[in-house]
Amino acid sequence: MSQFILHKENTRGHANHGWLNAHHSFSFANYYNPERMHFGVLRVLNDDLIDGGMGFGTHPHDNMEIITIPLAGAIAHKDSMGNSAVIKSGEIQVMSAGTGVSHSEFNALADEQLNLLQIWLFPNKKNVTPRYDQQTLDVEARHNNFQQILSPNQDDAGVWIHQDAWFSLGKFDEGFETEYKIKKAGNGVYAFVINGEVTINGQTLNKRDGLGIWDKDSISFKANSADAEVLLMDVPMEL
Amino acid sequence: MMQTTILYIGRDTEITVVMNRLLNARPEWKGICVCTDEEAFSILETQDVDLVLLGNGIDLECEKVLRKRINELKRNVKIIQHYGGGSGLLYGEIMTALG
Repeated sequence: MSQFILHKENTRGHANHGWLNAHHSFSFANYYNPERMHFGVLRVLNDDLIDGGMGFGTHPHDNMEIITIPLAGAIAHKDSMGNSAVIKSGEIQVMSAGTGVSHSEFNALADEQLNLLQIWLFPNKKNVTPRYDQQTLDVEARHNNFQQILSPNQDDAGVWIHQDAWFSLGKFDEGFETEYKIKKAGNGVYAFVINGEVTINGQTLNKRDGLGIWDKDSISFKANSADAEVLLMDVPMEL
Repeated sequence: MMQTTILYIGRDTEITVVMNRLLNARPEWKGICVCTDEEAFSILETQDVDLVLLGNGIDLECEKVLRKRINELKRNVKIIQHYGGGSGLLYGEIMTALG
């Protein structure tokens, strides 16, 4: 029997630091909600608005798969592995923190706000060698299609991580319907609506709503608005 | 105020320094952060500890030995894995562990 959990946009944790306006779908930093600790191995889904030129100074991470998807603007990234890069809207960045890595993340533009999704997954293996990657995505390929942007496989579409997880992004015309097949038995799907209105398994979702579904092989999807944009995170439910 | 004493064990010096700062930034927590098992055992032998956080770089074999020895030294102490190496998950992990 299918099970689900609905996280409406306005029930997310919120922290406004002036330069950073952050919404947390799951407990993060000072936002603690025992009912919102994780969805399977998906531990963090932060929706951050960062003022021009501002950002996070050098700070460490370990044992976490960290995926950053800029929705608007560009991030300047520097890390202890020697990587220095700018990641723009239409690109994806991944970092396996493993045994430990330090990095900084700043809004690369002085006069434009940066909006990014930062997603953390528990890894399927602890203490891996830290690694970094970024990719430019073919934005056209997600029109009326769930475009795979992340997988566990190095030779598959998108970036790869140390976890049996698949992420897909889609942008849909109003009325478009499809079905998404869950990639692996035991995985669930957390759908996050970036824009517009959609219906997933009978649940109507609006901008920044989240819906987690498990104990299903597939989910049904319908776009209810012309600008519907959704991120699907297909993740193991067992920690 | 009741202080909760938290022992962090990790192998990366830089992360350990950050963890020390984060844990001791809250008046309700007292953080002790070490990089070696020997230092950890010494703390456990001489001080009350409420919670042990296992940080980065501890391989599976070491973790088994650590957990066994910690339980011998402090039977009721809670031991949890700390993920992320920073402030993002720390508060939630500790609140969950302490109930």
